[in-house]
Amino acid sequence: MADKEIAVKVLDLSKSFKIPLEASSGVKQKLINLLKGRKGYREFTPLNDISFEIKKGDFFGIVGRNGSGKSTLLKTIAGIYAPNNGLVQVNGTLVPFIELGVGFNPELTGRENVFLNGALLGFSREEMEAMYDKIVEFAELEEFMEERLKNYSTGMQVRLAFSIAIRAEGDILLLDEVLAVGDEAFQRKCFAYFERLKRNKKTVILVTHDMSSVERYCNKALMISDGEIEIIGDPNQVAAAYSRSNDESYDPDTGNEVKGKIDDPADIYNLKIRVESADTLQEKKKFISGEEMIVGLTWKNPDITEASITIVKESGETVFGVGTYQDKYKMGKNERVSFRIKLDINEGDYYLKVGLGKKGQPLPVVMIDEGPRFTVNRDKQAPRWEGFSLLDHSWGD
Amino acid sequence: MKLSNIFSRRNRILLRELVITDFKLRYQGSILGYAWSLLKPLFLFAIMYVVFGMLVKLGSVEHYSVYLLFGIVLWTFFSEATSQGMNSIVARGDIIRKINFPKYIIVLSTTISALLNLVLNFVIVGILMLVNGVEFHFSALMILLFIAEIYIFALGIAFFLSALNVKYRDTGHIWEIIMQAAFYATPIIYPLSVVMEKSGIAAKLIMLNPVAQAIQDARYFLVTHESVTPSQLFHNPLYIIAPFLIVVAVLAIGSFYFKKNSKYFAEQI
Repeated sequence: MADKEIAVKVLDLSKSFKIPLEASSGVKQKLINLLKGRKGYREFTPLNDISFEIKKGDFFGIVGRNGSGKSTLLKTIAGIYAPNNGLVQVNGTLVPFIELGVGFNPELTGRENVFLNGALLGFSREEMEAMYDKIVEFAELEEFMEERLKNYSTGMQVRLAFSIAIRAEGDILLLDEVLAVGDEAFQRKCFAYFERLKRNKKTVILVTHDMSSVERYCNKALMISDGEIEIIGDPNQVAAAYSRSNDESYDPDTGNEVKGKIDDPADIYNLKIRVESADTLQEKKKFISGEEMIVGLTWKNPDITEASITIVKESGETVFGVGTYQDKYKMGKNERVSFRIKLDINEGDYYLKVGLGKKGQPLPVVMIDEGPRFTVNRDKQAPRWEGFSLLDHSWGD
Repeated sequence: MKLSNIFSRRNRILLRELVITDFKLRYQGSILGYAWSLLKPLFLFAIMYVVFGMLVKLGSVEHYSVYLLFGIVLWTFFSEATSQGMNSIVARGDIIRKINFPKYIIVLSTTISALLNLVLNFVIVGILMLVNGVEFHFSALMILLFIAEIYIFALGIAFFLSALNVKYRDTGHIWEIIMQAAFYATPIIYPLSVVMEKSGIAAKLIMLNPVAQAIQDARYFLVTHESVTPSQLFHNPLYIIAPFLIVVAVLAIGSFYFKKNSKYFAEQI
């Protein structure tokens, strides 16, 4: 019954996790639970009886809000999670990019990491030797390859990881929000890569929050919500449904609702974002241009050592973004950080993009792509100006 | 876990790369680097030699210093392979959560890296043999068989413990205690003849342990024929092959348990 046209077949797929209720996962807890007749965990079902097919040559988009089950779906297709029920059939070699730079080790040099990462993608040492120069050239890191990865900036690490990733030859490529990181130049490279994949008729499964790339590249898409398929088919319709669902869930009172938690049930970071006025320390979502804002982040995980905050205009342009890493700010052990910024930006609607990272890991472990929203209005008395932000300036003769 | 899969091209590449990484990272940031893999057993040897070779005499055996060092080196190998193998799956959790590949390669790579360390340690054993004037016979190559036995035993244990450690992090602490007791329950610092004088049954029990049997046999071929081997101790051939049966059983149980649990590692770590 194997259809030659089918690249991936998902049939009646269900997946659930047992999430321990107690933090400790030791023998003692197990014994206590056994004696008290408690289960000691709660069942969580991110995928509930899902069936669909991806044809060869499809550029298939999977969208869904955080916590909808799309990452679990991707990981189950990639074979990382074993399904509880149903099956996933893959015809051809599948190369997963759940994350860029898997296995990157900060203590190894850039060169050594290239070979390690390559091996994880299935390349032999000889094959890697052959493409090594191209990888380095594409990443623009010629002078840094003998340095340890821990001395690289985040951008350099991402560039290196991406350069290796695009060398991967597989019949089916799984891409999970690769676009969520990186600056504009990097995103342009990503898009060029997508164009190439599309031209070469590769089967691509793309999980993303970015509806414009769904509309631009995908010929088919599916939206998942609460572990079930909400809509499948035309990418434009799926993108529209996704945007609608986001609007509905947006809390008009506080504007502070974090859209879902993180999508990986294995990591519960419990990130909370609070936006307040620097003057009153009250939660707030309407600011006047020039006012100071404080963003407070709290989370529950001792391993988090880095945070980043980006202000994004409603239309999608990044206004300003910075991380503790770039500012060389060392966070304390209190699982919180506060960020103060003067909003010298033009009137309009904005939202925050927030990331948390661990030391030594090149990429953020939590990324809230569309966090709290806020509005900036103009002080009617203040002089007018044009553009994104008010830059320091003066006139002379 | 089919044999053909273990040696598939992709898995070989990965195994090789992981072993290299392991080895490179082992003494990362230390000034003496690889010298530590020689210094550690050497210092343990020095301490044990002063205490049990000079202060408290525990019976005598020909070439006691080589006998002791060789025992320590083999024990260190077993101890490293099991404890590092046990931690390997949890330690590589970041990769397991992001990419699907045969998990046993991780355990295999850490145990092989312990094996490479053993090879390095043979340098100091060789030097001490020269200093002590221990004669080398070609029958000494028999030790390869017993090293293979210890390796397979350690691998079986590492499979079992690494999977157990994903569920219960108590595993590491329990294993540490067991290894401490086992160090003294294995004839490493004392000759087995000392135990035989006190209790023949105890000596026999000790020798059912594959590590004890392998160390005694290996010493017999490399260091001195005074090393008591199972064939001198037991008359029933069943007891002589018992340690080998234990090794096979442990590998079978360990790999079965590992295989059964490995598909859930990504969500449990």
